[in-house]
Amino acid sequence: MIAVMERAAANLRSLRRAAVALLAAAAVYEAVARSGLFPAALFPAIPAILTSLKDTLADGTMLMHAAATLFRVLVGFAAAIAVGLPLGVLMARYQPVERFFMPLVTALMPIPSFSLVPLFMLWFGIGDVTTILIVFYASAFPMVINTWTGVRSVNPLWLRAASAMGADEKALFRKVIVPGAFPFIITGIRQAFLRAWIAVVGAEMIAASDWGLGWVIFDAKEFLNTDVMMASLVVIGFLGFVFERLVFGTLERATVLRWGMMRLARG
Amino acid sequence: MAYAAQIALTAPASAQSAAGGWLRTVAWNAFPFVVVGAIWEVVAHAGVFPPLLFPPLERVVVTFINLTVSGILPLHALETLLRLLSGFALAAFFGVLLGLAMGRSRRAEDYLLPLVSTLAPIPGLAYTPLFLLWFGPGDLTSVLLVGFVSSFAVIYNTWTGVKAVKEIWLRAAQSMGADDRRLFRKVILPGALPYIFSGLRLGLAQAWRVLVAVEMLAAVHWGLGWLIFGSRRFLNTDAMLAGIVVIAVIGLALERLVFKRLEDYTVVRWGMMGSGT
Repeated sequence: MIAVMERAAANLRSLRRAAVALLAAAAVYEAVARSGLFPAALFPAIPAILTSLKDTLADGTMLMHAAATLFRVLVGFAAAIAVGLPLGVLMARYQPVERFFMPLVTALMPIPSFSLVPLFMLWFGIGDVTTILIVFYASAFPMVINTWTGVRSVNPLWLRAASAMGADEKALFRKVIVPGAFPFIITGIRQAFLRAWIAVVGAEMIAASDWGLGWVIFDAKEFLNTDVMMASLVVIGFLGFVFERLVFGTLERATVLRWGMMRLARG
Repeated sequence: MAYAAQIALTAPASAQSAAGGWLRTVAWNAFPFVVVGAIWEVVAHAGVFPPLLFPPLERVVVTFINLTVSGILPLHALETLLRLLSGFALAAFFGVLLGLAMGRSRRAEDYLLPLVSTLAPIPGLAYTPLFLLWFGPGDLTSVLLVGFVSSFAVIYNTWTGVKAVKEIWLRAAQSMGADDRRLFRKVILPGALPYIFSGLRLGLAQAWRVLVAVEMLAAVHWGLGWLIFGSRRFLNTDAMLAGIVVIAVIGLALERLVFKRLEDYTVVRWGMMGSGT
């Protein structure tokens, strides 16, 4: 009981300190912004950023940019899962497949996705196709590697037990291999999304026109709209956070945590 | 991530023992590239796409050799590596420092963690235009941005590492009379080192990715990112592909040679981690 109360007090203190830290950082920023040391165009005060966030949200432009970015990231990411997941499973289950694709994956993985942006721009022009392909390229590899690792790590005893009880290849796959590899697959999906999110912002800066959060930031630079830039940064951070915590966190809780295959890292 | 990459890289080694004989291993590893190369050649020579946009491999190889001999490619690579190292050195120094502080002191953790976790989820590249406005185009921006972006992985991993040091080791060392400094040098630092290394590894990989992109955006005059981006304007697809190859090779070398070595010398030798092969 006392231990619980002590922990609660410590948590409260952590929370208070977190608030103090964030407020202090905001205050320092605000003080610098208002001191006139830097031009206001380069260093907008927080109210200006909030106003610009509110305005762009209200007139719908920010939502359109966010929608364009989300569309690109989700299509590329879905394609990466659609290709990466089966490929990872096949590589782990059939040796010839592994022998053919593993060297390719190993060689292509270290190429940063951005270095392909100029090439893809030449091939596919500026716009959705290029950005989606870059997202796909960035997120397919974590998907393949994690699925491959996950399927290989499925306990062989489970496979033999299921076969002995008469499971055919299809049932084996659906009831044993996929659930068994799921913690790794989820990790793969998470890493893939993280990569996809980074890739889409970068690709949009270089290879998008008119719409997209990455494009807004880069475009705002030309007109010294630093407040718009900061507002987009907030939106990008917020969306990334929502996906990471809410979407994938929920997915994890609904599957592997409920099946008892993984425990929450922090109690 | 680093772990997954490591698995990927050691896979050919396990195939080797199964197949027996390194010649067959080489053949097995080369085969997929030969197939892909052949497909590329067929498409390039079929004339479906203009050769300027889809150069045959021999053109790429010739360009690669020309650029290397004339010293252009090595210079670009050197410039990029210098930026990478300066940025990464910043990240390693401040990242480890902050991570250690956060791991050791509850106060530092409470104050710093919210700031770090507010800034970390924004993709590093998104800060590029801001840094460009603040620090101007050029080297300063690229180095600072690379340092800033790659420091988060270092901070998080160092912090986790220090917290993962077993309480019982600390108490044992203390009861044997270790003072704070000795405790830090002999127990905490070695104990956290595997985590710190994986943080540095992740940080370096991120630094590499970001740097290539930043070089395209920051209007520097040398560097591999700039080489690729600049080639686009003159439709030098062959030079672009040559640059991409160099980027891939450097990325792989950084991961395999630098960090593998460092780990073998320290944590693996101390028996804190398997060698990975």
